[in-house]
Amino acid sequence: MEEDLRELYQQVILDHGRKPRNFGALDGANHEAEGFNPLCGDQIHVFLKVSPSETVDSVRFTGSGCTICTASASLMTASIQGKSKHEIAAMFERFHDLVAGANGSKNSEEVLGKLTVFGGVREFPIRVKCATLPWHTLKAALDDDHKVVSTE
Amino acid sequence: MKTAIGTAADGHATEGMPFDVERVRADFPILSRLVNGKPLVYLDSAATTQKPYAVIDAIVRYYTESNANVHRGVHKLSVAATELYEGAREKSRAFLGARSTKEIIFVRGTTEGVNLVAQSWGRNRLAAKDEVLVTGMEHHSNIVPWQLLCEQTGAQLRVLPIDDRGDLRMDQLDRVLTERTKLVAVSHISNALGTIAPLEEITSRAHAVGALVVVDGAQAAGHMPVDVTALDCDFYTISGHKMFGPTGIGVLYGKEKHLEAMPPWQGGGDMIKSVSFEKTVYNDLPYKFEAGTPDIAGVVGLGAAIDYLESIGRRNAAWHEAQLLEYGTEILSRVEGLRLIGTSAMKAGVLSFTLDGIHPHDAGTVLDHEGIAVRTGHHCAQPVMTHFAVPATTRASLSIYNRREDLDALARGLHKVREILG
Repeated sequence: MEEDLRELYQQVILDHGRKPRNFGALDGANHEAEGFNPLCGDQIHVFLKVSPSETVDSVRFTGSGCTICTASASLMTASIQGKSKHEIAAMFERFHDLVAGANGSKNSEEVLGKLTVFGGVREFPIRVKCATLPWHTLKAALDDDHKVVSTE
Repeated sequence: MKTAIGTAADGHATEGMPFDVERVRADFPILSRLVNGKPLVYLDSAATTQKPYAVIDAIVRYYTESNANVHRGVHKLSVAATELYEGAREKSRAFLGARSTKEIIFVRGTTEGVNLVAQSWGRNRLAAKDEVLVTGMEHHSNIVPWQLLCEQTGAQLRVLPIDDRGDLRMDQLDRVLTERTKLVAVSHISNALGTIAPLEEITSRAHAVGALVVVDGAQAAGHMPVDVTALDCDFYTISGHKMFGPTGIGVLYGKEKHLEAMPPWQGGGDMIKSVSFEKTVYNDLPYKFEAGTPDIAGVVGLGAAIDYLESIGRRNAAWHEAQLLEYGTEILSRVEGLRLIGTSAMKAGVLSFTLDGIHPHDAGTVLDHEGIAVRTGHHCAQPVMTHFAVPATTRASLSIYNRREDLDALARGLHKVREILG
């Protein structure tokens, strides 16, 4: 029982939850989107600078949320820098599988790298939305979908 | 029916009567189950209360022995169902202290009760320059229906603010309650803070300027005696599921003179006397507001819940919960970094709090792991969260079946939260 919790709240996640990287607005962003989890009030704003060849040159975020949401946003920003829109779409798919999909973390290490620390979320279905909100928001920013993203 | 304690049958036992919480707990089958391998510690009764055998059995018995439609049919079952249904209306009348069963409308819950008043009473009465007054401690269900009404009529929404203890700023009432105010909507007890509103004063001052008073009694009915005639409010609405009854059923009380003057809210069967394509004659109160086949089983369950609560005694319930609140406030104040949100001197059994550096959602996950059910989030009261500058809180809410051990478990759980989340 206890291991589930320790697995969910690993040191890396606690660290990024407390001291999120790439936190703050991004001057000169050319894409942005806002995401919201109405159930718990998590709120994420993602700012991107995307090159003409559709590569993410820089990414930052603002907002407030629980440890899982904040750490997910922080680690996401750290891992998508320099990645193309297609690579990011593939990462999101793998990430979703990792935290909620049928296949779990199988073979995802290569694509996800550090993001595999979120594997513990799958034991807590109610927290999946916390982990995926930053990714949904990122996708909306990349797609220039101007609607506010909601997990509900 | 199982009776939990042998206090006065009228439910008006004196303060300090022995309250045997273990006997009460034995009435609630769900309390003996395990959650995550640990005994359930249920501290989320402000969201919904658990149900005693008395209620569960009444619903099963209704479907097993008496199920039929009400107010129609001469057959035995229909008569039996109608007697149960109307019997529960009389129980609800007595429970709320209303003068007549004409003043008791069955609705889906408090939310529907508020919406019914907003639309049926307000839609054709309010105009630009009129004002509706709500308070800073309201649940969304006592804000949004009034915002909709204001959009429809051009009326303005005003707010009586709260202070940093979560009390209504009664010193500000004269500023926001004027001859323009047509209606005041206020919670009897705040779901997020536990604050008990000074209803008598609000009602008399509202009436002095000619405004009606609508009370959201969702958090009060299962916890303390309520007497709408003594309160002199114009409308009072409750939810069955927050007072040991089923979900999907509640009561709207309204003074007869107001209900008589209001048009029906929904049309359909049962709310008419006669229908032709030229003219429909509406039914008398209370049926005018009960279109369609109602939630008969829900009403039967609500009637059983009222009987159950009266067998415990609402004064006993209030006394027991006040003891627990005092104990809980004391032990939570010793938890490092804990800040209580809602510290009114007039408070019901709600312990809403934040923990330094820990998001309520994370605390909720760790507590759940320990078998402890609390609510985390904004409690459908975002303006309250904004007032206290917090995104969310963790809320432990009490009921008659809680005991000190539950609060001890919560305190231990919060230490675990610190241990896991640092």
